[in-house]
Amino acid sequence: MALTDSSTGQPSLAAQATGVELAGTSPLKRRSVRPLPLIGKVVLWLILIAFGLLFLYPFAWLLAASLKPRGEVFDNALIPHTLQPSNYATVWDQLPLLSWLGNSLVIAVLAAGLVTLSSSLVAFGFAYFRFPGRKLLFGLVLATMMLPGAVTLVPQYLIWKNLGLVGTWIPLFGMNLFGSAFYIFLQRQFLLGLPRELFEAARIDGASYLGLFRRIVVPLSLPSFIIIFLFEFQASWNNLQGALVYLNGGSPSNFTVPLGISYAMTTFSPTNGGHGDYQYVMVASLLVTLPMLLLFAFGQRYFIEGIATQGRKG
Amino acid sequence: MTTAQVQGPAGTDAERLKLLQRRAKRFNRREAVAGFLFISPWIVGFLVFTIGAMLYSLVISFTHYNLATGIMRPAGASNYANLLSDPDVALSLGNTLFYAVLAVPLEIVFALFLAMVLNRVGRGAGVFRTLFYLPKMTPAVATASVFLLLLNGNTGAINTALGFLGIQGPQWLIDPAWVKPSIVLMTLWGVSGTMVIFLASLKNVPKDLYEVAELDGAGPVRRFFSITIPMISPTIFFNVIVLTIAALQVFDQAYLLFWRDQGSSAPEASLFYGVYLFQEAFRTFNFGFAAAMAWLLFVIILLITLVQTRVGNRFVYYEAENS
Repeated sequence: MALTDSSTGQPSLAAQATGVELAGTSPLKRRSVRPLPLIGKVVLWLILIAFGLLFLYPFAWLLAASLKPRGEVFDNALIPHTLQPSNYATVWDQLPLLSWLGNSLVIAVLAAGLVTLSSSLVAFGFAYFRFPGRKLLFGLVLATMMLPGAVTLVPQYLIWKNLGLVGTWIPLFGMNLFGSAFYIFLQRQFLLGLPRELFEAARIDGASYLGLFRRIVVPLSLPSFIIIFLFEFQASWNNLQGALVYLNGGSPSNFTVPLGISYAMTTFSPTNGGHGDYQYVMVASLLVTLPMLLLFAFGQRYFIEGIATQGRKG
Repeated sequence: MTTAQVQGPAGTDAERLKLLQRRAKRFNRREAVAGFLFISPWIVGFLVFTIGAMLYSLVISFTHYNLATGIMRPAGASNYANLLSDPDVALSLGNTLFYAVLAVPLEIVFALFLAMVLNRVGRGAGVFRTLFYLPKMTPAVATASVFLLLLNGNTGAINTALGFLGIQGPQWLIDPAWVKPSIVLMTLWGVSGTMVIFLASLKNVPKDLYEVAELDGAGPVRRFFSITIPMISPTIFFNVIVLTIAALQVFDQAYLLFWRDQGSSAPEASLFYGVYLFQEAFRTFNFGFAAAMAWLLFVIILLITLVQTRVGNRFVYYEAENS
């Protein structure tokens, strides 16, 4: 079932990677029931365009506000009356934005890289090897996906505290050494789509188990590696609570992007003695969103495929 | 999956013999050891950061834990008794449940609606799918900082737009009655994850079902309720469960809009369970109480999921998955 990407009807990434498409699994020809009458088509397109504009509006508003002087932020004009691009330079001077972006980048790359590697090793263990208790253990992996994060928040903090690592970045990616349930599930699905003969042949040629991982799993799993890496990169980039718990109270230059923006929101807020310079907050928000949009531009199909897989695990 | 692999190559007699031998041996020792080694990172993480952490949290919940001195004093069940006597626990729990009841159905309906429109449009849907997905890529902090301004009761764009329609918009972030709808609005803007899951599921509904129904004279409404809904019911069920668990833990938006600094513009209506737990743990360092709160949340989420599963099993049409 992992062989066809149901969202696009194309052969799945696993099938593409191996060039294998099992007979009989190709999707039914996807023709719509009956061509819609013209009026129906027009209505559908109008709905789409209306919602499209609605979804885009906050982005346009954000961009416009980031270019306005303080007094005009709330005029809601999408084309600023007074263009003030110097906001960007001012923010750059007033906030350690470059540090935040750099910190978040380092943490996100470490988090994503580690979790990709560890989850793939674990997934390979579950997908290829036969050992007692495998089903039960994999059931536990799936069960932990449903475990609310709030339950382990306090004890995990205390564990890192006892290790003397609170205030460092390590708690923000350290757990990724141990694999993560959804990614293990995703990678296992992917590996089950590879023909077992591939591994058996390599075994006969004398490859060790680690050799199988290095020479077969790694090169062929590039698509699912990308999915896992992108998902975790995004999750790490957005991780506000973790940063609040482990980095808050330290020096602002040590903050990550979410903590930094939260800090900026407070700094410029009039209730905190700021002047309500929301245009600066808008600039900062825009600058930290851009990397995510770039990521999406590069990996859109991987994000969509990953999300669709999430739906199929139920 | 394993059965499929075992049955797959059973072609020639020699292969079948090999298969029988393999079954007789059950597990190859070397292979089993290697398998355990490969999954060992997860086992360690599970024992320490999941099971270990949960047990640790259970212990803490029966103590008064002083972070500064690292001393745990036994507290008996007093933390749990305080769950009942602290009015903020009931308040935050009520807020959170109310939010979940409001948010989850709206998310489901809106996501399904968008997915069905995209599914029907065919060509050109890709562009809009991309467009609808952009909010999902936007960090929560950026979403919150924009919506903080868009939702401004006096000058925000949303109330200005309502004004054009002759509607006097509410004080979204101040009026207690509008605090949850504000957060729901932000959540709906980022609903595209759920939408993509629905879209994938809709594409899997066999088209011939619709053709037959149409020949039988079923109209679009009938086709929706008699074919679409039953065929995608496992996906609806899945989305309801996942979104409910997420809604019960709502934190980022509530924290950013209301609890970033000391005062909240609507302190009672915006106190969600996740926020209160966070404050108890990391603002007042009341770890014993916070741990008890976490366990209560765990039990509540477990119960709700169990009830949903019970109810779900009655309505979900699993045939769709087997075909």
